[in-house]
Amino acid sequence: MSTATTLIDKMVDRWGRRLVIGTPYLYLILVFSIPFFVVLKLSVSTSNDGIRFEDLTTFNDWVFNLTASFQKYRFLLQDDLYLNTYGSSLKFATINTLICLFIGYPFAYFMARSPVSMRPVLLMLVSLPFWTSYLLRVYAWRGLLDDSGTVNSLLIWLGAIDEPIKMMHTAFSMTVGMVYTYLPFMILPLYANLVKMDGRLIEAANDLGAGPMRAFWLVTVPLSKNGIIAGSMLVFIPSVGEYVIPELLGGPETLMIGRVLWDEFFANNDWAMASAVAVTMVILILFPLALFNKYQTAAVGRGTA
Amino acid sequence: MEAAGGRVSNFGRFWLIAGYAFLYIPILTLIIYSFNDSKMVTLWGGFTFKWYGVLAEDKEVLDALALSLKLAFTTATSSVVLGMLGAFAMVRYQKFFGRTMFSAHLTAPLVVPEVITGLSLLLFFVMLQRAIGWPERGMFTIWAGHTSVGMAYAAVVIQSRLLEMDKSLEEAAQDLGCKPFQVFYLITLPMIGQALASAWLLTFTVSLDDVVATAFLSGPGSTTLPVLILSRAKLGLNPTINAIATITVAVVAVGVMAGSLWMYKQEKRRAAEQAAAYRDG
Repeated sequence: MSTATTLIDKMVDRWGRRLVIGTPYLYLILVFSIPFFVVLKLSVSTSNDGIRFEDLTTFNDWVFNLTASFQKYRFLLQDDLYLNTYGSSLKFATINTLICLFIGYPFAYFMARSPVSMRPVLLMLVSLPFWTSYLLRVYAWRGLLDDSGTVNSLLIWLGAIDEPIKMMHTAFSMTVGMVYTYLPFMILPLYANLVKMDGRLIEAANDLGAGPMRAFWLVTVPLSKNGIIAGSMLVFIPSVGEYVIPELLGGPETLMIGRVLWDEFFANNDWAMASAVAVTMVILILFPLALFNKYQTAAVGRGTA
Repeated sequence: MEAAGGRVSNFGRFWLIAGYAFLYIPILTLIIYSFNDSKMVTLWGGFTFKWYGVLAEDKEVLDALALSLKLAFTTATSSVVLGMLGAFAMVRYQKFFGRTMFSAHLTAPLVVPEVITGLSLLLFFVMLQRAIGWPERGMFTIWAGHTSVGMAYAAVVIQSRLLEMDKSLEEAAQDLGCKPFQVFYLITLPMIGQALASAWLLTFTVSLDDVVATAFLSGPGSTTLPVLILSRAKLGLNPTINAIATITVAVVAVGVMAGSLWMYKQEKRRAAEQAAAYRDG
């Protein structure tokens, strides 16, 4: 392929390769791996009192930090509040994923079946909200679902109800906010997958006697498995640790782990506890994370990332 | 193989319209209420521009906006450089030590909950500061956090462009005696230029929008616009937030339209040039 490769070219090649791989790798290790080990270490650190900011300095010296304390984890496992929070986070993340799939799959399917000339516009309209602030879009639902908000006012004006329905700060408002925020993350990978599907396969199924529904369930859905997994993981994993939506739209009954972590850190100043919560959260999402990564790597390998 | 198009049933059309309505109505209400003359955000009290005036004199908001823009600019630039290197490593080098780990590292920041990213990075910086006296919490620490997420986004965008790129052009340049750097500068860079631009815009937005990780990483004097909005939104409905939203939407709408137009023209020019090159060659 290449002609007359001199020794210098070889050197440049080798060092170029090292630079290309090494620079981003080093950065990721520095800002991603090492910080996680710091969290891991702090989560098993002990202190004399409430583990304040100052007390942590004593654990800075790695030599004297050989005794790990699992006190925080024991507390996490014994306290009902934490166990309920984990359960509740998984529950809301699962509900969110299922609703997004239920709305998003037909949506992506119909997008992919639209006239070719329409598709770029339809695609842009799905990703456009993503370019505006997510915080502001979540905030918008406060105005909509408030007791005196747009939805209640409209229903009263229409005569459908006399008293405003309590929607804000409930499981309902939080779920709506989560579905609203994460729906495009479900639609986009599903669309990317469905639009590439070979239409002749459906025709073949039809020719062989399968009706439209049967062809859909036996051909289209199985073939879009990768899109379903990618979309579901893109929705599920961040939902588990969501903070902004439960904070702005959730209520007392919508316990979420991200919010607990935030409060442990900012309100209680308990860094060790916040770290232990973070570690257990990582354990919760480890399997979906591996699944997502496997899909992502496979997609890149096939050139459909 | 592209899916055959043009066969959307009435039910399908209804589903699409309802879906888009769900995505856009909240944004529309935000905009409408930014022109509402009543302090009660949810009651209509007549048309006004006064919240924009309030906003223009709010020094806290303006300072936060300036910091957010500065951060978004630096983050986008560093993310694209690092993301491009990461994408190259993944696409061009099929075998190297720790490739699987590298790939996991590169995609994980896309999905890992932000509370974890923020907490871990902050604790790391605190430990570092105690050990060597640097860094202070502030713009630098926020930038470092934003870049770790931004480079993941940039890498995904650039990776897909690299994968669909015709490698034979690079090989031809190499055969004609170009050094690796020349190949990159003369062939690869112009070909992935559009992907770099989209990656830059995307990471700019991601940084401008980030609130959770930023809240962990910001210091006393470094409040970004989203962090400020969050603290105000927690207190309740506030028409100045609606005004900020409206301005954001306007800027994004203009930007996206200009961007699409530019990309459309680039694409057309590239196609024409390519066709001409094939014809003449």
